[in-house]
Amino acid sequence: MRKWHYPLLASFLSIAFLAGCGQAPQSQANTQGAGASQAGQQQAASGAITVYTALEDDQIKTYLESFKAKYPDVKVNIVRDSTGIITAKLLAEKDNPQADVVWGTAATSLLVLEQQGMLEGYSPKGIERVSPEFKDTKEPASWVGIDAWETAIAVNTKELEKRNLPIPRTYEDLIKPEYKGLIVMPNPASSGTGLLTVNGIMQLKGEQEGWAYLDKLHENMAIYTHSGSKPAKMAASGEYPIGISFGYRSITEKKKGAPVEVVFPTEGSGWDVEANGLIKKAQIKPEAKLFLDWAITDEAMKAYNQNYAIVSVKQDGAPLPEGYSVDPISQLVKLDLKKAAENRDKVLAEWEKRYATKSEPK
Amino acid sequence: MNGVVTAPKGKAGQKWLMVLVVAGLSASVLLPLIQLFSKAFYDKNGLFVGWDNFITYFSTPALSQSLHNTLYISSMTTAIAVSLAFLFAYALTRSGIRGKGFYRAVALLPLFAPTMMHGIALTYLFGNQGLVTTGIFGLLPFQWDVDLYGPVGIVLAEIVYVFPQAYLILAVSLAFADYQLYEAADTLGAGHVRKLMTVTLPGVKYGIVSACFVCFTLSFTDFGAPKVVGGQFSVLATDIYKQVIGQQNMTMGATVGLLLIIPALVAFIVDRIVERKQHAAVTAKSKEYRIKANGWRDLFYTVVCLGVSGFLLLLMATVVLASFIQVWPYNLDFSLVHYDFSNVAGEGIEPLWNSIVVAVLTAVIGTCVTFVAAYAIEKSQVWKGLRQAGYFLSILPLALPGLVIGLAYIFFFNNPANPLHGLYGSLWILILANVIHFFAVGFITATTALKKLDPEFEQAAESMGIGQMKLFWRVTVPVCMPAIIEMLVYFFINAMVTISAVVFLYAADFKLASVSIVNMDDAGDIAPAAAMSVLIVVLNIIARAGAEWISARLRKRTARTEQEKGQVA
Repeated sequence: MRKWHYPLLASFLSIAFLAGCGQAPQSQANTQGAGASQAGQQQAASGAITVYTALEDDQIKTYLESFKAKYPDVKVNIVRDSTGIITAKLLAEKDNPQADVVWGTAATSLLVLEQQGMLEGYSPKGIERVSPEFKDTKEPASWVGIDAWETAIAVNTKELEKRNLPIPRTYEDLIKPEYKGLIVMPNPASSGTGLLTVNGIMQLKGEQEGWAYLDKLHENMAIYTHSGSKPAKMAASGEYPIGISFGYRSITEKKKGAPVEVVFPTEGSGWDVEANGLIKKAQIKPEAKLFLDWAITDEAMKAYNQNYAIVSVKQDGAPLPEGYSVDPISQLVKLDLKKAAENRDKVLAEWEKRYATKSEPK
Repeated sequence: MNGVVTAPKGKAGQKWLMVLVVAGLSASVLLPLIQLFSKAFYDKNGLFVGWDNFITYFSTPALSQSLHNTLYISSMTTAIAVSLAFLFAYALTRSGIRGKGFYRAVALLPLFAPTMMHGIALTYLFGNQGLVTTGIFGLLPFQWDVDLYGPVGIVLAEIVYVFPQAYLILAVSLAFADYQLYEAADTLGAGHVRKLMTVTLPGVKYGIVSACFVCFTLSFTDFGAPKVVGGQFSVLATDIYKQVIGQQNMTMGATVGLLLIIPALVAFIVDRIVERKQHAAVTAKSKEYRIKANGWRDLFYTVVCLGVSGFLLLLMATVVLASFIQVWPYNLDFSLVHYDFSNVAGEGIEPLWNSIVVAVLTAVIGTCVTFVAAYAIEKSQVWKGLRQAGYFLSILPLALPGLVIGLAYIFFFNNPANPLHGLYGSLWILILANVIHFFAVGFITATTALKKLDPEFEQAAESMGIGQMKLFWRVTVPVCMPAIIEMLVYFFINAMVTISAVVFLYAADFKLASVSIVNMDDAGDIAPAAAMSVLIVVLNIIARAGAEWISARLRKRTARTEQEKGQVA
């Protein structure tokens, strides 16, 4: 028992020893890595890039098909999560960025990254074809949009019939007492759809009235969900008959055969642009730029257009995706994305303070 | 540790092995924990702030509310689950009911499923479109709305989750009893109630204490069930997740992590004390419990067992049913569409393969490491102090909730200054986290098996000049084979269902099945999440059945050898 600390010491020493061993190969790996990426520059389109995105899971695979056909040797590692999570992750990794590219993530989030100096300006090939309201007007551009998405309400007609309730058409309808406990909407802290809906309401009603309205809406709210898709899916399954969601998801659920009617509120919809940007880091991979070039090509736009009525490069003659019955652009409220980005923190903090207790975990 | 260790050098080999075991455990348990704890006292920018983080925590109403909520959930779960498990275990050990094997198998069924699955099952039963809530879609004359999303749902799901654990502990306690005490009580004319209060309950009090703490800790730290059926009701486990993943607020995550570990630590200490006391309860003179015939008692316990196992089976069956239904509740046609994971959140079927890879590797590596650690600590005669340190480090993981391990590993391995930084984001950190998370049970299983091994083998081997390595492979391992198989399955099943540690550690291109269940649920793809859970359960049942089959064959072979030996003699 007297000498027990020797072995303990020995074991700690051996940790230190292991530590020493570990260090050497790592620094070796680093130099190797640098060599590899130099080689990559000479012989482009064969590396791996990490892409952070908030696009929908069921879209990504189809979208990437044309990229993979064009650059079969580039490995694309996709990190997907809800807008708020992706944004938080990017901000947290500010000093040691893991992502090479941000793809299809809310412009209001990219503007926050820009304010933090985390984006490297890059105007992808063909940027001149992108409508000016969908891109950063600076040269080189910090972000370039691919499509816009907007608030839509998925309403389960069967469940409302059972309760003998009319379909809500406006924001004002939603705060009527008869809908109490029947509505779900996404938490704006985690969901881009949640945030753009709140932004839209603030824009329509002004700040003070906007919060007063949300207070009343809160009274009717069953739960706030983590993602923007879940309310539409819950409405589709009748779990909660009214889901504040976005156009694409609500329409998809209807197409799948759920008894859902997609309502674009008559006052107008809040909206945001899904945009791309290049992350500023010590070594910017050429493949990252190739990806950004590809992301606004016609092939890519055609794929986006299958799902979204509004894309950033106008597709002449392309039919509206099924389900969007009104002129999609006129449905959008007037919204200054830059101002929305500046207010993001403030809005989220206020929201958290007022309604956090009803939010779904996460 | 070198291949050939001859008898005189055996001691040196033992020493190296001990050092290796303690060093390995220090690097993978102690250091990450220290890192985590210190994080709770620093701010985001790495400045020391003392108790500030805790003050912030308790002065944020939404956060401190969760502590209150969690305590409520755990107390309710513990009270209900332990009572039910006591009745159930009593029925199976001390009544004459039929079908005990069946009831026992059903009671252990929840162990095969991730906790999210219990939540999903409840959604399909008691959710707004659930079978019970709607009276099987209006087929039944009555409907019953339990207001699932919130405390009701969480407590129900947690009861299902902890029930098998409580049952196992209590069944062991109830199985050991000195029948002489009952005989004495009968002679003295004690009634049923009096016997219960003076003999039965005191006899199993340590088991009950232990079961209570285990249930409390498990439900206090569980993340899967509140994530699915928690609704707006927040608990500590989901708070950690929200802080770390949702807001990337690591310091607050560490702060909540410290709170999360408290009941587990208390449980750990109590369990150690109880462990020591329980040994003395049954002596060689004790008489085995004899079950007397009693029709009314058996009727009562049959009802209890049917009720409990019926409910557990109903949950399982509901998830299986839901996973095969086209569009719940509007199109009840049979469909396999939810087993095609390509168009839902969570990266298709790949996570299931990833999970299998991780579970197999965890099982193999975990079993080897825990067995060798147990062997080193049990069989070596060197350095008593270090052995005790090794023992403590080996059972310490019992006190560590998965979320705490996951969080500690982020801090420890994602630090570029750490020489083991390369593990971060790889498959190996998942395996390491799993092995450590489930280390203690594997270790205890191995130790128990090794203790049964007669030390005379070693003395004989030493006197015959047979090396320790040879003895290890020729005698120790074969004799412990049943325990080794048990450990393999234990590691495999737990690695398949666990979410808490790995949710922080998986890499973007290597998602696990349990993580994809959470992702699918987040996106509202409940039916595919149900389908994925079903696949996990099926794989686990196959693993369990395979192990049973191998064990049975081993037993048969041993029996035959014994018989042959007998004939020779």
